[in-house]
Amino acid sequence: MHFFKLILRNALRHKLRTGLTVLGFVVAFLSFGLLQTIVDAWYAGAEGAAPDRLITRNAVSLVVPLPLHYREKIRSVEGVKTVAAANWFAGVYQEPKNFFPQFAVDPAPYFSMFPEYRIAGDEFRAFLRDRKGAVVGRKLAQTHGWKIGDAVPLKGTIFPGNWEFVVRAIYDAGEAKTDTSQFFFHWDYLNETMRARAPLRANQVGIFVISVADVDRAAAISEAIDQQFRNSIAETLTETEQAFQIGFVKQTEAIVIAIRIVSFVVIFIMLAVMANTMAMTARERMSEYATLKALGFPPSYVSALIFGESLAIAGVGCAIGVGLTFPVGNWFAQQMGTLFPVFEVSGETVALQLACAVAVAVIAAALPARRAARIRIVEGLRAIG
Amino acid sequence: MSAGPLVEIRNLSKSYRRGGQVVPVLNDITLDIPAGAFVALMGPSGSGKSTLLNLIAGIDKPNGGILRVGGVDIAELSEAELADWRAEHVGFIFQFYNLMPVLTAFENIELPLLLLRMSTADRKRRVETALDMVSLSDRMEHYPSELSGGQQQRVAIARAIITDPTILVADEPTGDLDRASAEDILGLMDRMNAELGKTIIMVTHDPSAARHARTVRHLEKGVLTDE
Repeated sequence: MHFFKLILRNALRHKLRTGLTVLGFVVAFLSFGLLQTIVDAWYAGAEGAAPDRLITRNAVSLVVPLPLHYREKIRSVEGVKTVAAANWFAGVYQEPKNFFPQFAVDPAPYFSMFPEYRIAGDEFRAFLRDRKGAVVGRKLAQTHGWKIGDAVPLKGTIFPGNWEFVVRAIYDAGEAKTDTSQFFFHWDYLNETMRARAPLRANQVGIFVISVADVDRAAAISEAIDQQFRNSIAETLTETEQAFQIGFVKQTEAIVIAIRIVSFVVIFIMLAVMANTMAMTARERMSEYATLKALGFPPSYVSALIFGESLAIAGVGCAIGVGLTFPVGNWFAQQMGTLFPVFEVSGETVALQLACAVAVAVIAAALPARRAARIRIVEGLRAIG
Repeated sequence: MSAGPLVEIRNLSKSYRRGGQVVPVLNDITLDIPAGAFVALMGPSGSGKSTLLNLIAGIDKPNGGILRVGGVDIAELSEAELADWRAEHVGFIFQFYNLMPVLTAFENIELPLLLLRMSTADRKRRVETALDMVSLSDRMEHYPSELSGGQQQRVAIARAIITDPTILVADEPTGDLDRASAEDILGLMDRMNAELGKTIIMVTHDPSAARHARTVRHLEKGVLTDE
């Protein structure tokens, strides 16, 4: 009991110094948590991918389309369960800053492959009936205040012209990593409009989304699909949905790595601050540690006092920092709109914050504790605090 | 406990290494201190009196000679054994009191008892008795910063006697006190020696403080000069 009393009272001896150190911890661990969550958000699409879904795209580049008739050929490959055409639309809603992902899809097969998009049956039927109908995610609808029946005009970029849509269904997240900031509409509407406006661009598909019956055969099925189109005018590249998503992330991986490095630099700076605090603390109390040793307390007791104080300060700072990560993260996600569709502080992030706090506390206290434990009593008694 | 002197010192020497040079501090000291003695060690600064006290208290180690306290050759003990030995046999009174500023008078006095197997109730009883002996029962909840120098030194004395040690070592116990407080502390040490039979070894450069001791030994340049 005395041990913990000593640690607590020692920690509160210099309230300003301890307060500033705790504040440093709060800022550092809050920043660390948010930066780690940004990194997680970057990979959220890949983590939300299902193992039984494949993506087939043009082997040359994602921006080079595939012929529509590939759909039937892919469907005929053994092991393929469902195939849906999909195109990235990239329209602008009111102004470019209102970015959100938009896809033209084969509605029935596409949504059958994504059970994590929870759509009310009557709304989905209404969407199927309306060629200009759209399915939007809950987060996207909330961001722009859309309700069922609202008209949504988009200005095309890849597919020029003005496009009119009507919100017919709003989907909710079936899983934590489900992105509810997306906008889906009928691929047929896109194709028919393009046939009228630019006939050469009709019957062209960005990607085929495929589901397979046996996950274990996904690699073999991918190979079989690509084999079909080898030496054709549009060779394909088929990969799992996760690999496809990671491919996207890899294009911006340098940013992700930079964010990750910065998050650990913040922790390293905190380590330097904490090490300085503990060094000052121990130096000031050297005569007290020598007195304890003279009274018969072992060196391990003295070093445990320093480690304990360091852990107490780090614990309080980290606890507040972790506690604030959640509300600040929510606020940050709201400010970012649909830029980060899934922005949630994960258990891994909290565990990493706690592990870093313990590491900082232990490393910062290591040298002062060693010095205090090893100091000769007669020298320590001469030390002026 | 042996039948001979409580502290038995034979040809004791101590030197320090400073900048590659060996600086002798104590040379060939031979001294016996019987149980129940009140000895003052006097001498000018640098004479080695505090070093001799530190060696007897087991917080420093000699380079040569024999140093037995209560029949135990403490120079042969390991650091851990020496810590246990100090906890059981030595009470310390320092010039600057060396109290823990974050602990109350009660908690400071209780500190050495934490190293012994003792119930909370027993510890409380002993601390209250010690506080009563040093007339500080009404100040038990006070922190050192709320006490005068004389009161802090009385807390330190209570802490020194709380484990009923074999010897009390005091290094300039009145060096930081005014005359009245110094007399108060020396009177208290007299009582510890006379009424409780405590063996006290005190380092002082103050002749009026030394007069309270039953025996006064002088050191000069690391040698006992009054043999």
